[in-house]
Amino acid sequence: MVDVSQFRPKTVYVTYIAAPPEKVWQALISPEFTRKYFWDRTVEIEPKLGGAFVLRLPDGRANVQGKVIVWEPPRKLSVTWQVVWPEDFRKLPECVVSYEIDQAGAAVRLTMTESHSWEVPEAILSGGRTGWPAVLSSLKSLLETGKPLAIAMEPPAAMIEAIKRLK
Amino acid sequence: MSKPKFVYVTYIRTTPEKLWAALTDPLMIKKYWFSITAESTFKAGSSWCLKFEDGRTADTGEILESDPPKRLVIHWRNEFRPELKAEGYSRCTMEIEMADYYPDFGGKAVKLTIIHELEGEGTKFIEAVSGGWPKVLSNLKSLLETGDVAFKTKS
Repeated sequence: MVDVSQFRPKTVYVTYIAAPPEKVWQALISPEFTRKYFWDRTVEIEPKLGGAFVLRLPDGRANVQGKVIVWEPPRKLSVTWQVVWPEDFRKLPECVVSYEIDQAGAAVRLTMTESHSWEVPEAILSGGRTGWPAVLSSLKSLLETGKPLAIAMEPPAAMIEAIKRLK
Repeated sequence: MSKPKFVYVTYIRTTPEKLWAALTDPLMIKKYWFSITAESTFKAGSSWCLKFEDGRTADTGEILESDPPKRLVIHWRNEFRPELKAEGYSRCTMEIEMADYYPDFGGKAVKLTIIHELEGEGTKFIEAVSGGWPKVLSNLKSLLETGDVAFKTKS
């Protein structure tokens, strides 16, 4: 099991959603939800500590792979996050993505934290910093209105360049 | 050393004009900003302030730039918490643009970027707005997309 004490939070995104915690939890772990708000990717998650986690592209290839390291439905979920596609991105050390779901009045606070075990260049962090707001804005829209958002996005050029330079 | 800064991006299913109106119309602001009232014409050079429902002043400042429906910059100082007021003025930039979109997937979205920077040194003001903006902007997004806010009272 990965030593989480070696990982430091680098990117945090908070959004408040008018939905019950269970519904937000389902949106994080159900492929029929993720394909709507996470650029057509389907999540596969073994519902237990140490279970396998995969984020799959529409053509069936894995985009991200990892393991469940915190499983506390419907409050806390953490997975290790190794990007396996595009090919070049495999050079990135795995990070940890954590979600926390808390009641906040009539709404739910969803906190996403991306943590890293190395001195990540800002250019590489820019990937998550541009991607997560789009994914989580779309998730909120989906839960509150039934419809996700259409946001087209590619990894930032600076990120792709920085990954090329990694050994 | 870069200035203390908070950046938040949210995507909203609306138009730039409607989003601009929501950011500058005191009646709209009151709905998503936990009953806070804004007083300003939102034109460059005009004074600006936020007041609590009971009339106390929360924040004061001035509109530095106003380019509807794209860009609003506010010179902003907290007035109701001495430790935040002591950190002096901040600059809050709001930028509105259409997001790129996939024609057959979901609905078109507008990207709102909030950049809130302290002009001097300090950590408390930025810490405070880092907690506040996600609440306010989540409510604003809900209001524009569903006609109602996500939550009416701050917790």
